[in-house]
Amino acid sequence: MSRVDTRAHSDAPDTFPEYLLLNAKRFATRPAFRHKDFGIWQTYSWSEVLEQIRAFSLGLREKGLQKGDKVAVVGQNRPRLYWTFCAVQALGGIPVPVYADSVAEEMVYVLEHAEVAFAVCQDQEQIDKVLSIREQLPTLRGLFYDENRGMRDYDEPGLDSIDHVMQVGREVFEREGDAKWLEQIAGNKGEDISVMLYTSGTTGRPKGVMLSHDNLVISSRNGNAFDKLDETEEIIAYLPLAWVGDHVFSYAQAYVSGYCVCCPESPETADEDRREIAPTYFFAPPRVFEILLTSITVRMEDASAVKQKMFRHFMDHARRVGEPILNGEKVGVWDRLKYMAGEFLVYGPLKNRLGMTKMKVGYTAGEAIGPEIFRFYRSLGLNLKQLYGQTEASVYISAQPDGEIRADTVGTPSPGVEIKIADSGEVLYRSPGVFIGYYKNDQATSDTKTKDGWVHTGDAGFIDQDGHLRIIDRAKDVGKLKDGSLFAPKYIENKLKFFPNIKEAVAFGDNREKCCVFLNIDLTSVGNWAERNNVSYASYQELTQHPLVIEMMGAHVEQVNRDLASEEMVAGSQIHRFLVLHKELDPDDGEMTRTMKVRRSFIAERYGELIEALYDGSSEKFIETEVVFEDGRKGKISATVSILDSTVFEAGQQTIREAAE
Amino acid sequence: MNVHDTVLSAAMDDGIAPGEELLHVDNISLSFGGVKAITDVSFDILKGEIRAIIGPNGAGKTSMLNVINGFYHPQEGTITYRGEERRRMRPYQAASSGISRTFQNVALFKGMSTLDNIMAGRTLKMHKNFFWQMWRHGPALAEEIEHRKVVEEIIDFLEIEAIRKAPVGTLPYGLQKRVELGRALAAEPSLLLLDEPMAGMNLEEKEDMSRFIIDVNQQYGTTIALIEHDMGVVMDLADRVMVLDYGKKIGDGLPEEVQKNQDVIDAYLGVSH
Repeated sequence: MSRVDTRAHSDAPDTFPEYLLLNAKRFATRPAFRHKDFGIWQTYSWSEVLEQIRAFSLGLREKGLQKGDKVAVVGQNRPRLYWTFCAVQALGGIPVPVYADSVAEEMVYVLEHAEVAFAVCQDQEQIDKVLSIREQLPTLRGLFYDENRGMRDYDEPGLDSIDHVMQVGREVFEREGDAKWLEQIAGNKGEDISVMLYTSGTTGRPKGVMLSHDNLVISSRNGNAFDKLDETEEIIAYLPLAWVGDHVFSYAQAYVSGYCVCCPESPETADEDRREIAPTYFFAPPRVFEILLTSITVRMEDASAVKQKMFRHFMDHARRVGEPILNGEKVGVWDRLKYMAGEFLVYGPLKNRLGMTKMKVGYTAGEAIGPEIFRFYRSLGLNLKQLYGQTEASVYISAQPDGEIRADTVGTPSPGVEIKIADSGEVLYRSPGVFIGYYKNDQATSDTKTKDGWVHTGDAGFIDQDGHLRIIDRAKDVGKLKDGSLFAPKYIENKLKFFPNIKEAVAFGDNREKCCVFLNIDLTSVGNWAERNNVSYASYQELTQHPLVIEMMGAHVEQVNRDLASEEMVAGSQIHRFLVLHKELDPDDGEMTRTMKVRRSFIAERYGELIEALYDGSSEKFIETEVVFEDGRKGKISATVSILDSTVFEAGQQTIREAAE
Repeated sequence: MNVHDTVLSAAMDDGIAPGEELLHVDNISLSFGGVKAITDVSFDILKGEIRAIIGPNGAGKTSMLNVINGFYHPQEGTITYRGEERRRMRPYQAASSGISRTFQNVALFKGMSTLDNIMAGRTLKMHKNFFWQMWRHGPALAEEIEHRKVVEEIIDFLEIEAIRKAPVGTLPYGLQKRVELGRALAAEPSLLLLDEPMAGMNLEEKEDMSRFIIDVNQQYGTTIALIEHDMGVVMDLADRVMVLDYGKKIGDGLPEEVQKNQDVIDAYLGVSH
């Protein structure tokens, strides 16, 4: 197979449908998509994908899809949903991916706001959701589903299966060929809107970010060049379609360089499927790396003594020399030999278990990753890096170049990106990936994007002496305690979350005397600990209030305080009191966003009584909370939550300065 | 993509039109020594319906299922299945004539994987003998591939891909129940007997299971007789309900009718006999 350089072309395509045509020519027989179906990986080559997309696209045209129509895409990572993007774009339509697990009330806002003309859904569950809100969607003309199961008795106007739409499209193709379709593709321009992605909305209503083909194509080309990605890569698509990361990694970059996207059988099998595929390019939010590490730790604790000893011995060695070897630094021959033995005995099998044997580049972004976790993966010889991105930037703002990896920075500006720090400490950037605007929200667009193209990230940060960007927190979240010392809630919460036993933390302290936190235990990790220590419990709720669990949490909080005390900037915001929440924070209850970020203000309102109790000195508090089940029904849970004091340490240095100084 | 959609549904077609009588039980009485488990009960099951059997503990519901699939032999009465009268049906005869079931207490092969458990449900459909299967090439392999296709379809249907290779003993109870349903389905039954499919499940698991039962019934046209204690579930799922109390039939009819029946209310709330 001759290798075509995807990067040097001056006449390179500028829309995704054009890339599809190009790929079907240059990589005709190379795999474009894989999907595990009925337990077997089915592969589609680029020329087959072209055939499928063309059929679907022509079918959609028959169904009345016109230039500028918005098409909602609702479901998990299925090849046909990815194909929908391109099939719609070929006709000049605009796909609007929606979070598949959002409940109908959340979905209605996006679909109504985007004025969608069609909805392409994965299965009956999603169709039911859209049908339940159809009355509120006057613009909706048609619905299509991928999986036929359970759809037999549906008789709704405009409802049809993708199978049938494709069939219609094939008939059109046989009848009149694809000349007109190719003409339509050629008629789309790079500056046209390619996709609308709704931001998850940590604050207020989601906003529809309009990205052009140019935004995504140029960002992808730069991204591919930065990490030397080509058509031989394989990635696994398991993150929500509506998230910009997935759209860029599993769609934009894949089309631009022609690599293969593998769709797991179901979300639950993603881990197993990743092991089978062994992706070469991997992306995950820190949460995923945390969960993987927790499960390894938990399993190692159940392993035999010999294995445990071997694991610990070689992991200690990896921690010492693994990273220097990866960074190409000088390491002694003996250490290298021992590392090779470790590769054979521990690291290799472990990477195999994680499905990371072939990983060339891995990224983590979205939140800060625990330095311990980050180092763990890097010491195994995995090239895990951090990047900093936003929907509004078509992902890339900054990324760590190979060889300059540190746990506490997010790297240098990505190719083509300029970064500056405002006087307020807020990070601003300008790049070819900068979005066109928010759909039907000029106010928000002009608030975010200045006239000369600089975009406000909303994050506070600074550039350190090596030219690396460091992010402290959301700019608006950074506050002050009553005594004037800096309060960066995310910073404190991340420190807490780095303990495997703590799943979530929410810190309070802005405009208050002192800092207090809510904690969520990690059920996998604490549950395993409970099993080994003969702690019996009947429910999550009971486990959270177990005296030994609370004692353990207390020790973690104390450790964080010790850390904070040693850093002059944040020493003033040590945690004075804490409690362990009786329920897990859950996006279904609105406590977190769909991308699993805590919604601080919502939580503050919902658990107002508990916050009061944190500050009024009481040692326990009864609370009743409403919970929403997955089907939208509501229930109530109540508990008495204990509240404890924590030790506070003398600050390392007496002078406490503000962040801006 | 949905090439296998027809494998199961075609196989489950037994030539009886929906709405016609599939099974008829006439004046059945069953006793164990002096204990009368069932006294003179008659009822029928129509092709394509979901038939619920309810009643307080010890009313004889499970005994009735055991009679239907030939595990117990009633002292009196007859069973007519697909137009054929059977006085003494043995369990394997019942199974090969298209009756399969799940159990109140999960009865799976704990050490085997989900896949193997469901494959076990195909045993009666395998035609190559033990020696062929040991050789495992040529015709035996081809046969196994055919069966595996059906099993994969069931795995997909019940959404248990993630536990395909997990030993069932390690699975949570709700999933074990689902695997058991899978094994029963693998026999391509025309009559599926479910003994408390939702016992011990939480609300979400119950909703899932209800959906699977409805899907089995609608997609494959499988006739289902189920025993269940959760009245909400019974009223939602069942086309017709029969009520047993102390081994006697005290009600039979549409869910709404049964709900209003004074005898049934008394049996559940308890009155002095």
